[in-house]
Amino acid sequence: MSAAGPSHGDNAGKAFLEVREVRKHYGAIKAVDGVSFKVGPGEIVGVIGPNGSGKTTLFNSILGQIRPTSGSVEFCGEDITAMSPLELSRRGVGRTFQTLQVFGQLPVRDNLIVAAQEFQGSLPGRLFAAPDAGLGERADRMIELFRLKHVAQLPAGRLSYGQQKLIDIAMAFMPNPRLVLLDEPCAGVNPSLVDQLRELLVELNRSQGGSFVVIEHNMDFIMKLCPHVICMVEGKVLSEGKPADVQANPAVLEAYLGN
Amino acid sequence: MNELIQLIVSGTATGAIYALAALGFTLLWQASGTINFAQGDFVMLPAFTMLFCMIAGAPLWLAFLATCVAAMLVLGVGFKKVIVDPLIRHGVIPLVIATLGVSMALKTIVRAGYSAEAHQFPAIFPAGQFTIAGVNVSWADLGTLVLAAVIVIALQTFVTRTLTGRAMQAVAQNTDAARVLGIDAKRMVLYTFLINAILAVVTALLITPTYLAKFDMGDSIGLKAFFAAIIGGFNQTRGALLGGVLIGVLENLVGFYWSPAYKEGVALMLFLVVILWRPEGLLGKVEERKV
Amino acid sequence: MNARVHLLALAAALAALAIVALYLKRSEVYLLTLWAVYVMATMGLNLTAGYAGQMSLGQAAFFGIGAYLAAILLKLGWPFLAVLPVAALVCFVVGLALGFPALRVQHHYLAFATLGFNVLVYLAMRNEEQITGGTFGISGIPRPTFLGIDLGGHVAYWYWTLGSLVVLGGILWWLLRSPWGRAFAALRDNPIRAESLGVNITAYTLLAFAIGAAFAGVGGVYYASLVEFIEPGPFHFSTSLMMLLAVIVGGSGKFYGPALGTAIVILLPEFLRGSSTPWLKFMQVWYLAVFGIAVVALMIWLPGGLLSIRERLDRKGGPQ
Repeated sequence: MSAAGPSHGDNAGKAFLEVREVRKHYGAIKAVDGVSFKVGPGEIVGVIGPNGSGKTTLFNSILGQIRPTSGSVEFCGEDITAMSPLELSRRGVGRTFQTLQVFGQLPVRDNLIVAAQEFQGSLPGRLFAAPDAGLGERADRMIELFRLKHVAQLPAGRLSYGQQKLIDIAMAFMPNPRLVLLDEPCAGVNPSLVDQLRELLVELNRSQGGSFVVIEHNMDFIMKLCPHVICMVEGKVLSEGKPADVQANPAVLEAYLGN
Repeated sequence: MNELIQLIVSGTATGAIYALAALGFTLLWQASGTINFAQGDFVMLPAFTMLFCMIAGAPLWLAFLATCVAAMLVLGVGFKKVIVDPLIRHGVIPLVIATLGVSMALKTIVRAGYSAEAHQFPAIFPAGQFTIAGVNVSWADLGTLVLAAVIVIALQTFVTRTLTGRAMQAVAQNTDAARVLGIDAKRMVLYTFLINAILAVVTALLITPTYLAKFDMGDSIGLKAFFAAIIGGFNQTRGALLGGVLIGVLENLVGFYWSPAYKEGVALMLFLVVILWRPEGLLGKVEERKV
Repeated sequence: MNARVHLLALAAALAALAIVALYLKRSEVYLLTLWAVYVMATMGLNLTAGYAGQMSLGQAAFFGIGAYLAAILLKLGWPFLAVLPVAALVCFVVGLALGFPALRVQHHYLAFATLGFNVLVYLAMRNEEQITGGTFGISGIPRPTFLGIDLGGHVAYWYWTLGSLVVLGGILWWLLRSPWGRAFAALRDNPIRAESLGVNITAYTLLAFAIGAAFAGVGGVYYASLVEFIEPGPFHFSTSLMMLLAVIVGGSGKFYGPALGTAIVILLPEFLRGSSTPWLKFMQVWYLAVFGIAVVALMIWLPGGLLSIRERLDRKGGPQ
């Protein structure tokens, strides 16, 4: 579907994030090959697709981790194509990573504080700020929400995979981002906690009002969480729409079964 | 004018020696992510080994061959198995620190166990010089250049023309992909360490006649090998050659026209200029950020 | 360890260090002071390398810049307390200027840039004779007076240095507890994640490096006044390597790591030198070889340094 096509939901015309014809080619390999989609304010969009369909490369192209070969990304009316992760974070764009990315030697609570402190005051000002940069309470609320209280003072690197995953997600939400891109939030999380994680995300979406884009393999999770789903295959958008419609699309079924 | 050309020629010869040391350094980096701070001492040790062999009565060629074997065992296999393999999974910094420890230990072993003095080392090329188009060129410089060129060409041929060489390249570029293709990556990395060891012995053979064999002779050559590698482009083998020659020539020019006292600082200045202007090195390719 | 026990232990250790000086020989007090002076520099390096994870191999150059500045300015009659901020500031600014090109691209380039910088500074010290006195160095560097008290005596200067070390340690402690300290740790643990959370990794890396350099500059001032005669030798890059190894061996990213590591690197060889026991005499010559091998062994079995041994044991026995 191209950018000119009909947009979805109630947010037609006032897209928040707009991805236009993004391509990322590595020589002859077209990892992402002309992907366009829109995300409205407060919307949750799911991105599914078989392994190697270019989902993470798409994320990295949107987030400035790699420079797209062509195409553009617009956020709140501003061109953010190939902007550095630092500049993006200042505009309220956050992310989580597919692989574990916590600050291993820092205690959990400090992981959360450091995730938001850089948005408080100026760089020299932060040297003289309170040690918790005024974020202690906020961090404690987040710890409460993610049920990490019993490990709050332990170095993050010593926790279980699932707990680190939760910290990673909690960190992304600490600075109150306007847009969060979540790369496989369920991967490695205990199946019994997946529902809890989904409820957490819904709660954060409700309380913080940010938009999410979620890459996920767990169909059940994405079908329940996302009102709008994009299916990618071989670097292209194969199907897009309501979860049930995408799931019912024969081409999508074939793409999954064919792999 | 002739003076300038002479300086450039002899600088190129010195630079070719730096380039050989830098080449080993780059190969190790590409194949295994090892930054070897003992690279200079890997040149010093063979210099003394050859010296011992000759004191024991061996002719130079035999000393050289024996040292090559010893270096492959100790600086190649030994270094890899004892130090690099157990440490590489901890990341770059512990390995760098360990190589600093190795460097310190090697220097002290030679100084305390043998001598703190500088020792003469026989030249492999005849003394004297010849004149061509008004420019005086020493036989040693010419010989060094030819030998360095032969080694580089041989190495390049091995890497690009032989099956093993191409497998080594594949491992250096993408270890996982190479493994999928059925290449014995571990073996290829080991070959790189062996080549590095031999390059070190050759470097020692070429540089010791002028620099003399001394326990700390590796400090200066190691430093120049790093800078040559970065200036040329860390991920490019040809870069190491260019970087080495540039440093050699500029050192000669600075030493002659400005002040010999600052010769040793040339490599750093060149490094700073190059990374400001071309961060990936003169011949280097831009690497995408890894996530 | 809770805060009160910690403070009590620290006070006890400092009191012991202060009292023991009254019973030591002059040369031993001198050594102790030398240790404190080097700790100032390694403490700064611990910030750069241990807390912020940046390899700096030029700490001795900043130490030397501080020492030469002090030698020149003190001989011109400047008060000691005026020299300190100048040395700190100069080293801070030079650190920024050196770090900027190196860090703009590749974070491991800092190691090479600092190593080369050290070589260059050493050459300048040897060759710029009008300023540095060349290989003859600068002699007759005065010791300070403080509030009318003459600090020329060896015990008085030891107290002065120890007190200053405590103040510097306090500054570092405060810095590490501030949001900056947390940002430094984040940058060390995971720079990519840090950047995506708004941490300006280039700015923080530069700051960690330049602040570490400033600590070395301050240490250099105390050094110049302690030894009263300086020449280029002690500022060779091999000293930088020893300083880095002191930090790593003691425990990088551990507050007291540099104090322990510096004792091993600075005090132990001096102790060996004074000994006449046969096997210790052997160690006089072979010390660095043993130390080098010990460093390799430490990196293999205890990469966090000696002070990380407790965590290591915890982890082995712990549930994780």
